[in-house]
Amino acid sequence: MTTSRRKFIKISALGLGGVVASASALNVFGKNSYLNEIVAQNIVKNLKKTATYCEVCFWKCAAWAFTNENNEIKKIIGNDDDPHCNGRLCPRGTGGVGMYHDEDRLKTPLIRTTINGEETYREASWEEALDLIASKFKNIKEKYGAESVALLKHGSPGSHLEHLFKAFGSDTIAEPAYAQCRGPRETGFGLTFGSWIGSPEPTDIRDTKCLVLIGSHIGENMHNSQVQEMSDAIDNGATIITVDPRFSTAASKSKHWLAIKPATDIALLLSWMHVLIEEDLYNKKYVDTYALGFDELKAHVKPFTPEWAYGITTIKPEEIRKTARTMAASAPSVIVHPGRHVTWYGDDSQRSRAIAILNGLLGSWGNRGGFYFKEKISIPKYPHPKYPEPKWGWHDLGKQYPFSEMGITSELVKATIPNKDNKHPIKAWLIAGTNLINTLPQREKTIEAINAVDFMVVIDTMPMEITGYADVVLPECTYLERYDGIRSATNRTPSIAVRVPAVKPKYNSKPAWWISKEIGERLGLGDYFNYNDFEDVIEWQLNKMGTSLEEMKKIGVKKFERTSGPLFLEDGQDYEFGTLSGKIEFYSHQLAEKGFDPMPVYTPHPEPPQGFYRLNYGRSPMHTFSRTINNPNLSDLKDENTLWVNPKVARILDLKKGQEVWLKNQDDKLSTFSIKVRVTERIRWDSVYMYHGFGHNNKKLTRAFGKGVSDTELISKVVIDPLMGGTGLRGNFVSILTENPHKNIEL
Amino acid sequence: MRYAMVIDTLKCVGCSDCVVACQTENDVPIGYCRDWITETVSGTYPNIALELKSERCNHCENAPCVRCCPTGASHIVDGGIVLVTADECIGCGACIESCSYDARYQHPDGYVDKCTFCHHRLKKGQLPACVSVCPTKCMYFGDLDNPNSEVSQLLKNRKYKTLAPEAGTNPHVFYLI
Repeated sequence: MTTSRRKFIKISALGLGGVVASASALNVFGKNSYLNEIVAQNIVKNLKKTATYCEVCFWKCAAWAFTNENNEIKKIIGNDDDPHCNGRLCPRGTGGVGMYHDEDRLKTPLIRTTINGEETYREASWEEALDLIASKFKNIKEKYGAESVALLKHGSPGSHLEHLFKAFGSDTIAEPAYAQCRGPRETGFGLTFGSWIGSPEPTDIRDTKCLVLIGSHIGENMHNSQVQEMSDAIDNGATIITVDPRFSTAASKSKHWLAIKPATDIALLLSWMHVLIEEDLYNKKYVDTYALGFDELKAHVKPFTPEWAYGITTIKPEEIRKTARTMAASAPSVIVHPGRHVTWYGDDSQRSRAIAILNGLLGSWGNRGGFYFKEKISIPKYPHPKYPEPKWGWHDLGKQYPFSEMGITSELVKATIPNKDNKHPIKAWLIAGTNLINTLPQREKTIEAINAVDFMVVIDTMPMEITGYADVVLPECTYLERYDGIRSATNRTPSIAVRVPAVKPKYNSKPAWWISKEIGERLGLGDYFNYNDFEDVIEWQLNKMGTSLEEMKKIGVKKFERTSGPLFLEDGQDYEFGTLSGKIEFYSHQLAEKGFDPMPVYTPHPEPPQGFYRLNYGRSPMHTFSRTINNPNLSDLKDENTLWVNPKVARILDLKKGQEVWLKNQDDKLSTFSIKVRVTERIRWDSVYMYHGFGHNNKKLTRAFGKGVSDTELISKVVIDPLMGGTGLRGNFVSILTENPHKNIEL
Repeated sequence: MRYAMVIDTLKCVGCSDCVVACQTENDVPIGYCRDWITETVSGTYPNIALELKSERCNHCENAPCVRCCPTGASHIVDGGIVLVTADECIGCGACIESCSYDARYQHPDGYVDKCTFCHHRLKKGQLPACVSVCPTKCMYFGDLDNPNSEVSQLLKNRKYKTLAPEAGTNPHVFYLI
């Protein structure tokens, strides 16, 4: 096998193979709805609403999809009864219509082939594509074991495929949402409070008196109910403290913005603890009742004065003291937010530990205005035979990270790259709903692994970068066109939501549950897929839960009573935390036993060399990851990212607003495309900033192609979190090039 | 009855949900919009202020667009809402030029289009699409003539501004500051 075998090829020379969104659709309402009232009202009357929940991001807000008499999706509105959205979707949810209408969608199964020595794709029938996948999977299972087939996934399709994989005998499963996003905080909070944060976060923001955001840009990350509650908190006069090197939207709503020097957060957190303890401001009663290791913590943070932290963080000592006192005055109605996407500098689990301990000192866990005890509702399992026991799986691949609790994508990539010492070689990949090229750092490693696998399948709704590397591409229909698993929610009160198809799948696309079942049956796993339609599964589950599909189609969301007890601790209540000791662990024996710091320690991180700026990136409210940039409605709101540059830097480098520049990182990685300069005071002079997810290089994404720069391609240096294997992504530096470095290279 | 919109700039996060909700509600063609977000940054690092706000037709009491319309297509209806009758609009663009808020655009079908305060929704007792969708609930809508309405109360109790007051248009969109 040559390493260039699976070079990226464009999905090209294919007919549209389906109907382009009818042009008349635009005129149904547009031409003067208010004038011709009777017509307009008739149209409104005729809109049919279908219960769904959103799949544009992972928040899964329940919604209603409205279709007209021609079965065209007109709009999507939040479900009033849903605690994830309270009837208000975010821009991405409202723009979900574009995901359905996008004419660049994958339309039919594709199989990689060589014609006249040129690699290309040919259209295939589902039958042929699925047969091919099943036969390849069988071969690999015979030769290497089912475990050698790995699943890399995200979102709702992932759970259907996870079932297929477990039935097949493979637990070699991972998703970027863990090691590239929120894993470290689950470890940090898990070790401290014995409980994961999970999604949505159980933060009682609406009732808080003080919200502390550390690099968390709520409002730019549109985590719907969190954004809504932050707005409630503003109404209620809560103090917001934002720690961010960039003047984020949240910073603009804050009483205190601490413009921290990047990579020094742990120093600030330790110093805050120092102030709370030295000034006797911590929540003594709470700490005495629920926490272990206070004396060790007190001794540990003694040297970390605000003056010490000033030299590291550039935050003035009086600011550190003032903000610590504000938190203490609000306690226990205070939230030091755990954040999301917390894989920054490689010591992220320890930073999350510091955040958790700080919350512990303030007594916010289990108190109103702090963290509530979330309640999950479990969905009855549709009966199927017991899964076979795999000989190895994600556990074994991530062994060196003792606190990992989910598959680590980067370890799966590593196990795929041939190496004689590798006891667990991976030979095939199935990728669903995640564009690994723009999701994982160190792109060349991902591509090396892709080149090494014997067989690779990609399931997606869009022709992403990753689809171009597949041997077989399967077009999934969008969430608006399919039944899916029941959404259960961790919230103040438990609720479920259903997803019912609003329209038939467009083009020749299919739902992931169908794809899983078809592959399963071809693999002789029919017993695991004992239903005709996923509708049957949901119906069965809903009946077990005392409702029915008929009812759920009408209401979309059903709330249940809490059964696990109150949301908050009662005064002095005896409570056992989920840690080994049953207490909040300031000092972690588990960490000490494994040779890690039992309490968080500040370690200096590299700083940008001369002529380089730290590459910071974050979310734009209109987009999710890199998956929505081509969505016609969302691309209309933001179609490219810009490079935020401080005016001082712009002056030194003679950069003008709107000027096109290219970026080169410390490892000489060049940006494929150019990015326009945005000169703004909202960014420090040692850093630059861009929105994540842009710079697509697949030409089949007609709106997204070549617009802006992909931050991911500039992330080549990664520091691994030794506790759980998270990949620290914020340690890269870029220089700004004003001349096109690709002049002689055809893209 | 005088309809007004009050927008709390202290809560707006500039997410543009109002924009996309308007587009899907009113079939505004991709590439056009009836409302939009502005961002104003003032000060120098690290002493900065940022104002985000959602803008649209101000439904002015003294509306230059209505005065200058040669066909009467631009007109004011009950509640003070400024509307354009598409069938009467000849697309001359005089109203676009006269608008102090740059709130109008030429629809590809040839007529001039803009925010209607979702007149069709108001008739059914619904709020404008942008107000109903806003995740921060920073947008309020109601009757200025009713002293107990949310909008009247907010304007009574909070500091606010209007855009381009010097134009003398008497706008019906207010920004809490």
